[in-house]
Amino acid sequence: MSDIKRYKTEPLKCWGKAKELRANYYKEYKEAKSKGGICWSGGAEAIDVIPYAFGDDVHSLTAEPYAAAIAFDPEFAHRCESALESKGWARDMCAYMRNYWGSVLIDEYAFGGPFPKPDFNLQSGFCCTHAKWFQVLSLWEDVPYFNIDIATIPFWKEEFPNRLQYIVDQMHESIEFIEKVTGRECDDERLIEGVYNDSRTTSLWAKITELNQNTPAPLDEKSMYSLYVFTTLDRARKEFVDFYEELYAETKDRVDRGIAALATERFRLMSDSQPPWAFLRVWRYLEQFGVVSTGSIYTIGLEGVWDIADDWSLTPREDLKSRGVELKTRDDALRAMADWHMRRPIYAMFYNADWKSKLMMQYAKQWNCDAAMLHLNRGCEGTSLGIMENRAALIKTGLPVLTYEGNMGDDRDFDEGRTIARIDTFMEGLGLKKLT
Amino acid sequence: MAEEEKKEYWRWLESRWTSPDIDWKKGKVISAGVDVGSVSTQAVIMVDGQLYAFANMRTGSDSPNSAQNAFNRALEDTNGLTEKDVHYCVGTGYGRVNVPMAQKAITEIACHARGANFMYGPTVRTVLDMGGQDCKAIRIDEKGKVESFLMNDKCAAGTGRGMEVFSDLLTISINDVGQMSMEVEEEPEPVSSTCVIFAKTEATGLLRAGWPKNKVLAAYCRAMAGRVNELLQRVGVVKDFAITGGIAKNIGVVSRVEKLLDMKALPPKYDTQLAGAVGAALFAKGLYEKIKK
Repeated sequence: MSDIKRYKTEPLKCWGKAKELRANYYKEYKEAKSKGGICWSGGAEAIDVIPYAFGDDVHSLTAEPYAAAIAFDPEFAHRCESALESKGWARDMCAYMRNYWGSVLIDEYAFGGPFPKPDFNLQSGFCCTHAKWFQVLSLWEDVPYFNIDIATIPFWKEEFPNRLQYIVDQMHESIEFIEKVTGRECDDERLIEGVYNDSRTTSLWAKITELNQNTPAPLDEKSMYSLYVFTTLDRARKEFVDFYEELYAETKDRVDRGIAALATERFRLMSDSQPPWAFLRVWRYLEQFGVVSTGSIYTIGLEGVWDIADDWSLTPREDLKSRGVELKTRDDALRAMADWHMRRPIYAMFYNADWKSKLMMQYAKQWNCDAAMLHLNRGCEGTSLGIMENRAALIKTGLPVLTYEGNMGDDRDFDEGRTIARIDTFMEGLGLKKLT
Repeated sequence: MAEEEKKEYWRWLESRWTSPDIDWKKGKVISAGVDVGSVSTQAVIMVDGQLYAFANMRTGSDSPNSAQNAFNRALEDTNGLTEKDVHYCVGTGYGRVNVPMAQKAITEIACHARGANFMYGPTVRTVLDMGGQDCKAIRIDEKGKVESFLMNDKCAAGTGRGMEVFSDLLTISINDVGQMSMEVEEEPEPVSSTCVIFAKTEATGLLRAGWPKNKVLAAYCRAMAGRVNELLQRVGVVKDFAITGGIAKNIGVVSRVEKLLDMKALPPKYDTQLAGAVGAALFAKGLYEKIKK
């Protein structure tokens, strides 16, 4: 044990603030109506800067992080899933959607009290589930619904003006929709401010995760799961921009001072897909072997925005203000926002396994990973699409790869004993023994 | 009217064995391995790294009891050998943490790899373990150390349990299903290989359509072979190739896997279900020797 190198560690100073911000977010949604405000719901992929333009008393409930919060509490999740299954819905549908629907059916909010019915639902459909998710919900809840169809491909290599126009046109329509259902007018100045904020939040997250390329890694992935959530809640909010500014500065400082997430870091891992939320302790188990999980294309690229070069190398994309992009009109703002979000690496998962493999190989290279641990996630068809092809591509480069079966939102599909057995065997094959 | 006793065709025979050539009292290290699987439990006793006795039994609902029963059975007819004479025991398999007499638990993948190395020799590089409720493709080195592996789980397709379901459905003893599946003039199309439940439904339809049982079995064995072949291709098959687990005794599956791989599996010298427990007993020997140093 004495010959194991030990890095200095420190708890994250902004951890408490992160918890407070998240708790407030869910509380504000719940209390919005009673305070005379507006509450709406939609996917974390929804372009939430649009409702942001309707006032600071407009609060969202983004669906995926909410469903992940349900998954973290298996007892509650089981009641949601049972309610849905008893109505005949299949168990192999999107686990996030099932958890969210179940919460509506049993009329229980994961953060206490009955489920707060939104004033409207706004979705952006970029996977097969998204469009239907809120269409069905809106029928159950009897609330207005608008879906922005993101039937396009990423803009990494080539920009497609007609496809961009298709999304921008729908965004304009969504503003008319919100005006109609709320009786409020869109504040274009606030919209422009929100677009700048959104690009800053998502650029900062990319910059924060880029710092994990350092050894020792300043952040571990389990903690990153708690920190990345603000990019999926209401990323146009000023307090979330400020939080990421603070987190970026703190993470940079950790790198400068050699502060590690894991004192015994000796092996670096990359993961894939959403984790099984009820079993995040698996990430702590890895640490017993001196293994730090640095992140994944999912963690850095779900909402982080990157420039992807011809050789697939990843560089955080500078935010719109830093790039000198001037926004004067509503159309400028919507166009810039649509263009911005088309650049997220997450799209590779849903559209092209080969692109995703290339990004994963690049991730392994830039983040200095020694192995990969891939989640064969039964809960999300999108992020696990082509995952065995990704595995084969990584193995071809000489990277050891472990796969395990599970489900991000439904713990019934995850076998902890078997997963631990797989990890033990994998570690043995890598010559890693427990340090504790 | 007397109730007719329902015959359980899936029930495979439990067994035990003691080597007549080894005197355990002359041994330096007596090690044991207990592999508690989801369907079967094996206990193996080794004397100085040589197979001395084993028991192969069905797993009950209680892992500690299943382990103890198999261990006790292995100790029978061993010329007075008792539990306290065993220097070290390793538990493995799905119930490995619930093996009362074990000092340590080691994963079944590592144990199967080590066991296959012992049972088939150091030339084995690819092991296919077709267990009761999961199926593993393992690449190993010349010492039986795992290099890479893949396994299916939470799915009975390609596993012993799947074959048991078919045995019962077709009312053919589990010991005969493999051979019977070979007795077809022409290889039929495989049944659905993605789910045992669907495959069973499909088989019922085929029987109703007039297919003979052997043809239905051939269709199922072919599907099972296809399923495990996919797993093997993903891990990459390198010679020599060996199959462990209960399904290794099923000629109908083994021969079809060999055909798909265009590669013969090494012939077994031991009961193929013992690989995990043998590996565990070998680990136990090594661990005991390490303590004694």
